[in-house]
Amino acid sequence: MSELNKLGLAEARDLLRKGEVTSVELTEACLKAIDEADALNAFVHKTPEIALDRARAADERIRAGDAPSMCGLPIGIKDLFCTKGVPSQAASRILEGFRPEYESTVTQQLQDAGAVMLGKLNMDEFAMGSSNETSVYGNAVSPWRRGNDDTPLTPGGSSGGSAAAVAADLCLAATGTDTGGSIRQPAAFTGIVGIKPTYGRCSRWGIVAFASSLDQAGPMTKSVRDAAIMLQAMSGPDDKDSTSAEIPVPDFEAMLTGDIRGKRIGIPREYRMDGMPDEIETLWQQGAEMLRDAGAEIVDISLPHTKYALPAYYVIAPAEASSNLARYDGVRYGHRAKLAKGDGITEMYEKTRAEGFGHEVQRRVMIGTYVLSAGFYDAYYNRARKVRTLIKRDFETAFADGIDAILTPATPSSAFGLGEMAEEDPVKMYLNDVFTVTVNLAGLPGISVPAGLDAQGLPLGLQLIGRPWEEGDLLNTAYALEQAAGFAAKPAKWW
Amino acid sequence: MLDLSYEAPKAKTIAGAKHDWEMVIGMEVHAQVSSKAKLFSGASTQFGAEPNSNVSFVDAAMPGMLPVLNEFCIEQAVRTGLGLKARINLVSAFDRKNYFYPDLPQGYQISQLYQPLVGEGEVLVEMGPGIARRVRIERIHVEQDAGKSIHDMDPTMSFVDLNRTGVALMEIVSRPDIRSPEEAAAYVSKLRQIMLYLGTCDGNMQNGNLRADVNVSVCRPGDYERYMETQDFSHLGTRCEIKNMNSLRFIQQAIEYEARRQIQILESGGTVDQETRLYDPDKGETRSMRSKEEAHDYRYFPDPDLLPLELEQSWVDDIAASLPELPDEKKARFIAEYGLTDYDASVLTAEVEAAAYFEEVAKGRDGKMAANWVINELFGRLKKEDHDITESPVSPQQLGAIIDLIKKGDISGKIAKELFEIVYKEGGDPVEIVEQRGMKQVTDTGAIEAAVDEIIAANPAQVEKAQSNPKLAGWFVGQVMKATGGKANPKAVNDIVKAKLGL
Repeated sequence: MSELNKLGLAEARDLLRKGEVTSVELTEACLKAIDEADALNAFVHKTPEIALDRARAADERIRAGDAPSMCGLPIGIKDLFCTKGVPSQAASRILEGFRPEYESTVTQQLQDAGAVMLGKLNMDEFAMGSSNETSVYGNAVSPWRRGNDDTPLTPGGSSGGSAAAVAADLCLAATGTDTGGSIRQPAAFTGIVGIKPTYGRCSRWGIVAFASSLDQAGPMTKSVRDAAIMLQAMSGPDDKDSTSAEIPVPDFEAMLTGDIRGKRIGIPREYRMDGMPDEIETLWQQGAEMLRDAGAEIVDISLPHTKYALPAYYVIAPAEASSNLARYDGVRYGHRAKLAKGDGITEMYEKTRAEGFGHEVQRRVMIGTYVLSAGFYDAYYNRARKVRTLIKRDFETAFADGIDAILTPATPSSAFGLGEMAEEDPVKMYLNDVFTVTVNLAGLPGISVPAGLDAQGLPLGLQLIGRPWEEGDLLNTAYALEQAAGFAAKPAKWW
Repeated sequence: MLDLSYEAPKAKTIAGAKHDWEMVIGMEVHAQVSSKAKLFSGASTQFGAEPNSNVSFVDAAMPGMLPVLNEFCIEQAVRTGLGLKARINLVSAFDRKNYFYPDLPQGYQISQLYQPLVGEGEVLVEMGPGIARRVRIERIHVEQDAGKSIHDMDPTMSFVDLNRTGVALMEIVSRPDIRSPEEAAAYVSKLRQIMLYLGTCDGNMQNGNLRADVNVSVCRPGDYERYMETQDFSHLGTRCEIKNMNSLRFIQQAIEYEARRQIQILESGGTVDQETRLYDPDKGETRSMRSKEEAHDYRYFPDPDLLPLELEQSWVDDIAASLPELPDEKKARFIAEYGLTDYDASVLTAEVEAAAYFEEVAKGRDGKMAANWVINELFGRLKKEDHDITESPVSPQQLGAIIDLIKKGDISGKIAKELFEIVYKEGGDPVEIVEQRGMKQVTDTGAIEAAVDEIIAANPAQVEKAQSNPKLAGWFVGQVMKATGGKANPKAVNDIVKAKLGL
């Protein structure tokens, strides 16, 4: 069988179980694809030995008839996850050389489910960014191009390496994390599926923290079915994370019937932004029609506090980040600046952090420090928390009114060119998150499904937002949308 | 419940150059929670371990590590709150206090600013029989301790030991109700005593397991009463905080020095700056650590890694029901039940082990006599060898047996002291020792009479003198006691001597 790396999780799983392929074959195909794709700069630490060891072990288990859900399936891991003995740097210079002595709960669960780790994936530094351009490894590049224009495009961010790797078939699927849209936006930019589950569904233990009250891990995959399979393996309560929920995980894949008759899908009027490209508006309408055709009822709804979400997010996330990143001080691990004679502890902190953190991270640490400081706390942080409560209430009201899921665009545009935003006001970059941050603030599950191409031939995604803890139902709605949209485009290989 | 009535002590007055001043003191006492594991990690809290051996990934703030609350530490803090008659907040929350220091790996301390676990309570601080200060507790919150920075081991480097990092502390915050250095020390002692009774803190000040920040201000007589009436702090002076004191002696010295320093400033027309100061015990003075302007901006905010802490009232009630009898109640009961003096009751209840020892001895016996023996003989003897009650070689049963022998008239008080010394040094059953060593008192009047007759016969001149001066009869008593090796019952000897001399 040729090009095994192009398979999705479900197909590969079925072939493995039928004995038609081996995990070693799948893994070797991916490793070859990875080696040929350095131009994408998606994989930043390759772990072929670990991958082949695990693949061989998986083949044993399959032969023994003891194959767990992801047995033998090769995947990529975002660099934000701590993986034992393997560099885990959060794409930051400050964690230069850091190899954890521990494995994050999510990657451990994936390993326990038999998944094969191919390596670590590029991302924005500390997951702060929407274009993968803040990475210490340099940006990842999208496999997609605008027609014949060879301008390199962003795969989105922060899980840009994950998105590029899955879209370019370097792996069957990848982990991502999503604090304000970092799974869904890159998924939309690269024509793949990405789901951020309900806050508390996946353990945060062992994932480098950005904004603790918003961070969630999730899968980035080639199909909704694959997302269901992988989310299942990543989810579940964890005693080591106090915010992980003691809620049982249902069989998500079994819930994919495609039957959404009678479901009420809300279309929030506040998501119709000024200056939004017609193509996005059209895609959104088409998505609503597809769901209607599948038997769902389309309902106009209002989420009145939406416009305050982005400012609230850009207060809360940096505030938490400024505190979470305080531990990177050069004392115990990672980068420490060379000191001049007479330098003391203050100089060590200042030089280490100035050298170790990139500009965007420094900007957010400073914003966060400012909004928490004496005299500003109430005006910024506390007010943002109140706004957050109101945004959450907006969704609760909609769900209480019988809405099952909410349909919105995933991003306000298709992928932009690398460097195009470099000279822009950073707020322009932050606007990328306008449709996704509300979901994190409210702790809800959200999924991005590829739904079409724009005039330049670039993928566009639609976002579905579900009720808390009802990822199964949300995945099923997404499955129906996926079936109806029939998105099958792939980037032409240029790398 | 038994309660004793107390009068408040007078505030300490310091005569300034121009007029009199009073001091106002509030304290923040940091008590390490007795617990085998740390507040948010499973690492051990054992004191004296190799540097950096009791450190988990969480304590070292490795990337991606998360705190998980140790429920036992919360139970201990609730127990402490109940022991201080305080309100337990069923909903509390943890906040991050952000600052940079190498012995604070996270870059923040997890504490409780906005919603502490324990609310208002009260401590009765006795300053003498019938005199006590009621010190109001404002709150108790639970927080992590920091590690230890060591700056004097190398000329160019500092060392960090994270063993203490993340150990649970209770910060017990008082209202400014303390009015003298002596009261301040007595307050800390009383907290220590209560926590030792409760088993929630080992009270070891030397190891830093109990330490205090002391807020001191001075005011003119009458100002404090105006503050108490209105709770308006503007009636009080500007305070300075003296940080991290772990000795009762230094606490008193520091307060005394600090109050006089502030008075001197005020009397020479200056103003006291609100600041944090450190006490230097070598020089006997406080010096500025950082001014209000240099004070850290801790950027407190709710810790997003931890959910609010919600307790069930029934859980709190169960802890309340398991509380031991506390010092105040025990003391009141000792006075009522055993007829002890206030002083003796205080001495016996100072430590819960001593109180238990006493009660064991007093069971079925004369309480006052038991108290005398425990305090005067046993405590005195233990103190001579620097032993505490748990190390006593004399068991309550042995001491009780000695008292019984006195009571029965088998031995005199003097012999009893000898017996006590034998039991202390050699051990053994007091009854058997008395038998085997012939220490029993002679109450056989025939034997005593014979001895008296012998001495009268041998000393006719003394008989004559005694008959004209009855006070000299004591000489005969002494001779008889000598002749019987001190074992004759002194009262019987006295009676027989008098009768034989015809007095």
